[in-house]
Amino acid sequence: MNPYELSITEARKELDGGNLSSRELTTSCLERIRAVDGTVQSFLRVTEEEALQQADEADKTIASGNAGPLCGIPLAVKDLLCTKGVPTTCGSKILENYIPPYDATVIEKLKGEGAVLLGKLNMDEFAMGSTSENSAFTVPENPWKTGYVAGGSSGGSASSVSALECLASLGSDTGGSIRQPASLCGVVGMKPTYGRVSRYGLVAFASSLDQVGPLSRNVADCATVMNGISGYDPKDSTSVQEDVPDFTASLTEGMKGMKVGVPAEYFGDGLDPDVAKVVQNGIDIFRDAGAEIVEVSLPHTEYCVAVYYLIAPAEASSNLARYDGVAYGFRSEEPESLADMYRTTRSEALGDEVKRRILIGTYALSSGYYDAYYKKASQVRTLILDDFKNAYEQCDLVVSPVTPTPAWKKGTHAGDPLSLYLSDILTISANLAGIPGISVPGGFSGDGLPIGIQLQGPHFREDILFKAAYNLELGTGLANSCPEL
Amino acid sequence: MNISIKEVEHVAKLAKLQLSEEDLATFPGQLDNILGYAAKLDELDTENVPPTTHAFSNKNAFREDVVQESLPREEALANGPNQNGEAFVVPRII
Repeated sequence: MNPYELSITEARKELDGGNLSSRELTTSCLERIRAVDGTVQSFLRVTEEEALQQADEADKTIASGNAGPLCGIPLAVKDLLCTKGVPTTCGSKILENYIPPYDATVIEKLKGEGAVLLGKLNMDEFAMGSTSENSAFTVPENPWKTGYVAGGSSGGSASSVSALECLASLGSDTGGSIRQPASLCGVVGMKPTYGRVSRYGLVAFASSLDQVGPLSRNVADCATVMNGISGYDPKDSTSVQEDVPDFTASLTEGMKGMKVGVPAEYFGDGLDPDVAKVVQNGIDIFRDAGAEIVEVSLPHTEYCVAVYYLIAPAEASSNLARYDGVAYGFRSEEPESLADMYRTTRSEALGDEVKRRILIGTYALSSGYYDAYYKKASQVRTLILDDFKNAYEQCDLVVSPVTPTPAWKKGTHAGDPLSLYLSDILTISANLAGIPGISVPGGFSGDGLPIGIQLQGPHFREDILFKAAYNLELGTGLANSCPEL
Repeated sequence: MNISIKEVEHVAKLAKLQLSEEDLATFPGQLDNILGYAAKLDELDTENVPPTTHAFSNKNAFREDVVQESLPREEALANGPNQNGEAFVVPRII
């Protein structure tokens, strides 16, 4: 077995037992990246030198007996998390040369734990997209099938874990951007409760929806990374002062006494029969493990796409006003005036999807349309939040598909953005409601593409999701499953 | 609904975007589709529903006003496409 094939849990044993050094493990991952990333295109940048230095530091810590759970473990992060001295492009030409002068809080935490950072991962420009095809640089490939999308916007975060290039990764989820690529690439991905993980140093897309979270090869590893990144941060005024439990502690507790809700609205028309079958199998696993299955209703689900594609662009149009060519990033050459500099800089260096969303957001917030669009969407958001509050009076968590279909061919939705937006219908509500959600590998389609199962829980109850996800994983036997590359 | 090219140009002006002829050929139809779909929300009566701007209610986060070290000017300026060591340089406005 090559070291890069080890899960975090397995690698920890080898590192602490002295059978393997972090340098050996890191070198093995770097070799794996060299071997497969030309095809998979997960990475926008590999930070080999820094990674090996961090590995050597970790080996010293391990030798001194003070290693924590992530010490010496090679990870990689989505390229919208600020890394001091290492370019952070957000998948955009406008930030191609941006070198942050500080680390995001989650990066600081991982470094503090002694983790090894292998590099920065590919994504849709400014996290806007569901396939990573909006990256200004390259498009990641689904490791399970050539020519198919890895999902998005954290496409590289999912493909890198699936292709065994890193042991786990960080992504961000604004409308499903961790859970959807995790599902399409057959890995575990969690979007934590809004406020659970600091957003300081996460390049902002839609500030009331964005959340950083882990992607990994199995549920226990996901819980281990969550332990490392969670917690209140005075630098993020929306992070919440809530106790952080040990997310690995509840994994083996079993499902007896738990109520699992099944919302009919998530099993509507357009659901691929293979997906329906895989999720039904997941429900059966819960029942066999002793959980009670109850029907619940989330009646406003059909409105979530409309709400999201007003609120997220509205927030984005404000957040992205900062890319004006003044303080950092790209500036167009020889502008005629300051106003001309703003316009030409933004027009030359932002991609089409980003421009579309800025236009929608600006329109929805503009005088005369604010009440009809932005305010209306914010009111329906309340109804979606209330749906979940009502559901959690009858159950501990909700089980559903993550996406209506398995991964699709690249280029499928070119020129028709709305058709792609509609594929987000099963993941968006969690962001609007601020609740946690996890995608766990559930099975495969007839032609061998992975299909995930989504679990959503009440605010700050990631522990429930991890416990249920672990039971699901035992039932499917899909921990650490990976494609032949 | 039908969004005119003129409306798209107006919104682009507000957003400081300069659209190409190609953009103006594709964006109005696409935006029309998206905003037309959003009109689905009109099916719901929300007259007495309060808006949600943050899913998890959070109080204003105050902290003590203590002087802390900030980013040195050199580092803050380092990413500027045009800077003179003291400030960012932009085209003359007066």
